[in-house]
Amino acid sequence: MSDEGLSRRRLLGASGTAAVAGVVAGAVGGYAVSRGDDDAAAGAPSSTAAAALALDAAIPFRGEHQAGIITPAQDRLHFVALDVVTTDREQLRQLLEDWTRAAERMTAGAEAAPGGLVGGGPNRAPEDTGEAYGLPASGLTITIGYGPSLFDDRFGLASRRPAALQDLPAFTGDQLDPRRTGGDLCIQACANDPQVAVHAVRNLVRLGFGVVAVRWSQLGFGRTSSTSTAQATPRNLFGFKDGTANVKAEEAAGLAEHVWVAPDDESGGGAWMAGGSYLVARRIRMHIEIWDRTSLQEQEDVIGRDKKEGAPLGRSKEFDPLDFARKGPDGRPAIPVDAHVRLAHESNLGGIRILRRGYNFTDGSDGVGHLDAGLFFLAYMRHPGRQFVPMQRALAKADGLNEYIEHNGSAVFACPPGLKDGEHWGQALFA
Amino acid sequence: MPRPALRAVVPVALSLAAALALAGCAEAPGASGGSTGAGASGAITVDANDTACTLSATTAKAGTLTFQVTNSGSKVNEFYLYAEGDRIVSEIENITPGLSRELKVEISEPGTFTTSCKPGMVGDGIRGTFTVTGTAAKGSADSKVASAIADYRKFVASEADEFVGATKEFVAAVKSGDVARAKSLYAQARHPWEAIEPVAESFGDLDPRIDGREDVIADGMAFTGYHRLEKDLWKDGLQKDSGAIADRLLADVTEIAARSKTVEPTALSIANGAKALLDEVATGKITGEEERYSHTDLWDFDGNLEGSRQALAALRPVIAERDPALQKALDARFTELSALLAKHKTGADYVPYTALTAADIKELTVSLDALSEQVSKVPGVVAAR
Repeated sequence: MSDEGLSRRRLLGASGTAAVAGVVAGAVGGYAVSRGDDDAAAGAPSSTAAAALALDAAIPFRGEHQAGIITPAQDRLHFVALDVVTTDREQLRQLLEDWTRAAERMTAGAEAAPGGLVGGGPNRAPEDTGEAYGLPASGLTITIGYGPSLFDDRFGLASRRPAALQDLPAFTGDQLDPRRTGGDLCIQACANDPQVAVHAVRNLVRLGFGVVAVRWSQLGFGRTSSTSTAQATPRNLFGFKDGTANVKAEEAAGLAEHVWVAPDDESGGGAWMAGGSYLVARRIRMHIEIWDRTSLQEQEDVIGRDKKEGAPLGRSKEFDPLDFARKGPDGRPAIPVDAHVRLAHESNLGGIRILRRGYNFTDGSDGVGHLDAGLFFLAYMRHPGRQFVPMQRALAKADGLNEYIEHNGSAVFACPPGLKDGEHWGQALFA
Repeated sequence: MPRPALRAVVPVALSLAAALALAGCAEAPGASGGSTGAGASGAITVDANDTACTLSATTAKAGTLTFQVTNSGSKVNEFYLYAEGDRIVSEIENITPGLSRELKVEISEPGTFTTSCKPGMVGDGIRGTFTVTGTAAKGSADSKVASAIADYRKFVASEADEFVGATKEFVAAVKSGDVARAKSLYAQARHPWEAIEPVAESFGDLDPRIDGREDVIADGMAFTGYHRLEKDLWKDGLQKDSGAIADRLLADVTEIAARSKTVEPTALSIANGAKALLDEVATGKITGEEERYSHTDLWDFDGNLEGSRQALAALRPVIAERDPALQKALDARFTELSALLAKHKTGADYVPYTALTAADIKELTVSLDALSEQVSKVPGVVAAR
């Protein structure tokens, strides 16, 4: 690994660096590679700055589950929802195979196609777009999902639709923009370098022209959840720690109960989802300017945690258990009845939990001088209808936070299980 | 140093499936004794592991070369044969540990090449020099290039004549002050120009004088030509100098038509022109920028598309031989986009750009992207090798 492995951009992107290092380094095995770097290709990376190395490292593409779900959340996101524009089933199947090949290459830190940078010679448009050449793998994960609309009558997949894959119902207060909602397919690309994540989506979209077209996409500039106990809890754009009580990678029983689809969950045509997980995506615009004018007391009451430490109100440490019975000095509940943490907590929801993997976003400003910014909520779960839906119903009805947010994009996808050696996306689906 | 003339059996972007399919085109292997001697079967064996890339021979005679690559290491490996500048002559990927795969490459001219094994798929790989001596017969596609060029020149000449004829009628209508007739002739008069524009674009100021838009002509240049008359006809009304502008237009069109016929294209320039025409659609027509007063952009779209299609029709024998799958994809994509465009015709005329909905524009854009990706592969396929 050369000094280039420590570029300024990536160091700046390395929030939670030290905490992540141990986990990722332990998970990557043989890959610690850089596009176009001889030393790395020959093996043995040098021992420069272990922390940066871990952020640079490659995450294995294949495994029991898809990478990018319980993988320690990377700092950057490029998410894209696509519609299939062909009616030819074989073209779609072939694209999923082509995507697998390119995705596996890119997650290893290689070009999307062999010799993709210049190997085609001067007269050919390069097969790889090139902007990630020379950059390390950067923890890139590429996760695919299938939307409910893919299982209509176009591709003969109606009988393969998992029963749990249903369009989300309308929730109170939804302001959904059709241009940010739905999609036949999704690709979630996460990395510790934004250029690597954007490169991945750009090249997959390019491979798909004529078969799929982008319906909407979202960039995320900073993670708002930790999916591993080794990661520090990051802050969302309200300035609060977010995802403290998340289901985390180290919690095997919690993952089995709340995140991974079990073999018995789907009998029939949707059985291929065993080992997969459902993804709910919501674009949550925050009314940043209004929030910023809100008193600290009000902010903490709305969230239900203190702002500095992230401790539940009435307690002192971030990971202290939430005590909903505790009364404050005024005799009222320390955590208000409409606080976000109370309504979203499993004890209020019959034990429901989800794995949150969201990102802060800003898409510039809205034309009247306000930030178009918020939380791009991503969450993985075993059954959206039994987890996200009741949770969001409870929040939509009473959450004090609703005054400061607006859900304006929404989608749900079935993310299949991981791939074994030699397998490709779509194989189980089209079997 | 000139690039060595050579050709792979299939186009450079060789997928694994294509590489395996090559087994059927085996000819007498051209491998000869190199530094360590060729294998008994005539194949050059390549032992690839995580730290070394060992070939049984590093020289061969021109012809069809066979590399038998065996991965004796622990990482997924790849094998490349490069020409100068790391241009891939052929490659084989996804050679998993323990696997042996065959790569056949046709090389017709002598030259110096580079071999590379790439354990773990990244980096420049473990490289060596490979020398090819002698010459071998070229593929028949090379002889088809000459007739493709002749066919395309005929098309250009025919469009150029049509452009002059249609411009004469349009200019006559402008000069007689018949605004209605001039407007009815405008879009179709420009159509042949839109079909051959890349051929003629190189003639100095002629292109901007004929087709320049007010916002893109160079500083100090007068706003003349078709778009000036478009503005007069649809927005400002005919001006005192409209007749003079029309005369100048006809003179310029006559000159550019004559010069277009003298252009001697190559297969590569025809292919690049086909791509450039679609780029024109993407940046100027599908956005409604080109015809901001007349809104006849779909006529220009049709002209660009037709020009691109005709250019590739001329190259068809070459493409069909070298990359039949690409030819099939081109046919399908041209058919699809033409059908989508035709939806916006009422009778013999296109609807104005302003009648398109956002959904219409997205549908056309999606189809244009699909076509353009395929057309962008043609230059690499038809270029002299």
